[in-house]
Amino acid sequence: MIDYDKVLSDKIRSIKPSGIRKFFDIAGTMEGVISLGVGEPDFNTPWAIRKAAIQVLERKHIIYGPNKGLAPLRNAISQTIEKKHGVKYSPDKEIIVTVGGSEAIDLALRGLLDPGDEVLVVEPCFVCYAPLVELAGGVPVSVPTRIENNFKLTLEDFRDKVTERTKLLILPFPNNPTGAVMTKEDLEPIADFLRDTNIMVLSDEIYSELTYGRKHFSIIELEGMRERTIYVNGFSKAYAMTGWRLGYVTAPEPVITQISKIHQYGIMCSPFISQNAAVEALSSCDAEVSKMVDEYNIRRRYLVGEFNRLGLTCFNPEGAFYVFPCIKSTGLSSEDFCERLLFEEKVATVPGSAFGESGEGYIRISYAYSLKHLMEAISRIEKFLKKLEAEKS
Amino acid sequence: MKDIVKILQQNARISNTALGEMLGISAEAAAAEIEKLEKSGVIKGYSVIVDDDLYDKSTVYATIELKVTPQRDCGFDDIAKTIMMYDEVESVSLMSSGAYDLAVEVKGDNLKDVAFFVSERLATIDGILSTSTHFILKKYKEKGIFIDSEEPDERGLG
Repeated sequence: MIDYDKVLSDKIRSIKPSGIRKFFDIAGTMEGVISLGVGEPDFNTPWAIRKAAIQVLERKHIIYGPNKGLAPLRNAISQTIEKKHGVKYSPDKEIIVTVGGSEAIDLALRGLLDPGDEVLVVEPCFVCYAPLVELAGGVPVSVPTRIENNFKLTLEDFRDKVTERTKLLILPFPNNPTGAVMTKEDLEPIADFLRDTNIMVLSDEIYSELTYGRKHFSIIELEGMRERTIYVNGFSKAYAMTGWRLGYVTAPEPVITQISKIHQYGIMCSPFISQNAAVEALSSCDAEVSKMVDEYNIRRRYLVGEFNRLGLTCFNPEGAFYVFPCIKSTGLSSEDFCERLLFEEKVATVPGSAFGESGEGYIRISYAYSLKHLMEAISRIEKFLKKLEAEKS
Repeated sequence: MKDIVKILQQNARISNTALGEMLGISAEAAAAEIEKLEKSGVIKGYSVIVDDDLYDKSTVYATIELKVTPQRDCGFDDIAKTIMMYDEVESVSLMSSGAYDLAVEVKGDNLKDVAFFVSERLATIDGILSTSTHFILKKYKEKGIFIDSEEPDERGLG
């Protein structure tokens, strides 16, 4: 018999599976569960984009395409970033089209880290950063953000954690799971500090199009930051294109030249059909995106209002499609809260602790669901809270 | 106003509190907005969408295409108004199609009732040149609401 423990690398065996998955796996075995768990849009990809893909299937030879991505798409990405942020990236030398934002993050980490290099991971955050840092040989250093600051990152949060080995700061805003955003004013002190260091920024802006009330501001717009930032974005969230697997990374030429080798050997190129469709997304779908944003905003306001009414304090998230209510008043840990809510009222949510220790005491609620669905979920949660209240007395 | 109507079209029975939250206004302000829309005639009424398979299996719906002679001074309005007075008629619409002019949706207790209504009531109205009746076998979606079961949600990874 082969001993797989000896076959598989120690490193990969030490990596924990995603904490989001756990509840989905249980929920999947139960009848009548309604979920508030997913991190992908409930809208279908806008028709113009699907039509573009159909035309490619009908008329074109489906080939690999260039390593860094189709030229028209890289041009469109370059123009989009310039229009939004006034920052220019060369389509030929400073952009790679990746398989989702996740690959872009992986490329950046593997391209930058040597064994023992430290990466500041701003938490709560999406589950992929720390494991990918470890796989790249780096050491994740957790930087908790606080509710007092509406889960924004402040210089004080991480200044003391910077060491000689600190190579990178991961900046995930608009944030999953908190919905927090960073404004120009919030980013300035951070940029001021970083300018005198050799620390790079990995700015994961995958939710940049989903903001409410104000336009997203990128750290690349600040003086001196373009040269020290690896900018990651993609099509999944804004254009409801999760299954198309398409993202991109832009960075100064020396960075792209190196990390494109990882992409070249490991991935070769991103899906050809998706790339052709994505050109359409960038050129003609602004109105579709803003329609989705309006709909998300209605749901967001509803959930924030309802959770506060139910006594689960919920700060006002200005981005992404999550609310992050505090469940400390119930006396339960976030894991226990989610488990009981699932088993007793059949509502699947994700414990805040899955996104880092600083998420303890909170739960992540996705509003990538219809209002009808959300209203049913809220009425179940209300019932659950009444039950908890009755237990106390 | 657009948002409020959009929300009510999905669920007209929503509470003023929830509606207010969605719009970012108070419950009282939401109630006042609705009243304004009702008074100005934007909102004509509220109805209920029923799955007849569960409620009353024998109910029959048909869409009838009518070719009509437009009348001097009032075009199609006069005939449309005559038709819409019947209780059996659920909706009357003027169409841009060249093949026919008015689309009429009729509801009846059974097939015979509907057939009788078309031949005896509709076809005999002055100015109606021809009728073409299409019985509805199954409704999948009505007013944006799924009648047939919704697609299962297969999301769950992110």
